[in-house]
Amino acid sequence: MNFELMFLSRDLVLRFGAGFYAAWLTHMNEPISGVSPYGLAIGMSVQDTTDSKLTVKVPYAAHLVGDPDSGVIHGGVITAALDNASGSAVRVSEDWHDGLSMATLDIRIDYMKPATPHVDLLVTAECYKRTKTIAFVRAVAYHESEDDPVATSVATFMMGTPNQPRP
Amino acid sequence: MQILKQLREEGRAEDMQALLDHIPYAKFMGVQVDRKGNEVTTILPFNEMLIGNPTLPAIHGGAIGAFLELTSVIQLLFNTQCERLPKTVDVSIDYLRSGRPVETFGRAVVTRQGRRVANVRAEIWQDEFNKPIAASHGHFLLTPV
Repeated sequence: MNFELMFLSRDLVLRFGAGFYAAWLTHMNEPISGVSPYGLAIGMSVQDTTDSKLTVKVPYAAHLVGDPDSGVIHGGVITAALDNASGSAVRVSEDWHDGLSMATLDIRIDYMKPATPHVDLLVTAECYKRTKTIAFVRAVAYHESEDDPVATSVATFMMGTPNQPRP
Repeated sequence: MQILKQLREEGRAEDMQALLDHIPYAKFMGVQVDRKGNEVTTILPFNEMLIGNPTLPAIHGGAIGAFLELTSVIQLLFNTQCERLPKTVDVSIDYLRSGRPVETFGRAVVTRQGRRVANVRAEIWQDEFNKPIAASHGHFLLTPV
């Protein structure tokens, strides 16, 4: 998804809701895997995809601040980015097919240092093991290099959960 | 001025809604607080932007994680006066049910509080208190007054 499209999508979600956005995406033949309405609302975009690795970016923004004294973004933003990148990393693995669906079972996050204010956040996630029912994903949130992490996470996903509208 | 100190000086140290109103991300999420005596419940009104899976539809796991974290920190600050906002050291989240597009509520319990680190458990639910949609436990770094 390119940059302009990303902002258009966020605008569509905020204005017309997620249902409309889903319909619009189908119309646009855009795969829904990358970024969700919530991902768009926090400004997240997919940067790079290779094999079972995926990188997303969350640009620094005023509405994401969790500590007004320091300007550091909220831990929840990092949680959302790690969760979203981890889920998407499962979807880019080579034997993934679109009929497949999944749900997050759990995620454990370690916060190593506060995110730096006014600097974009990157998250790289890797699905390092997939069985028939479970996918195991690790992810790291950072600014410059994965070797100097803001946070790291491990998550498990259950595969093959029903993905139909619920009553 | 530091936000917690400012609220303390205004005599609103226990006014968690005033604190949330000063946290841009909490305002963006629309999180509110309901207090009955010493019991604090957080509320996350439904909003289309919280959706993570438009097909189901279900609330985004990250939004759920953020709400659990806010719920934990609110309970912690309600129990203990701090100099600065607690820093999350780690958090482990179990997703128990998909978050439907309705209002979500949260409660947290400070399981163990040391001088520098607190251990907090949180649970969030929708229609039924006995059917939590997610639970978390985390450690938070404190700066007591």
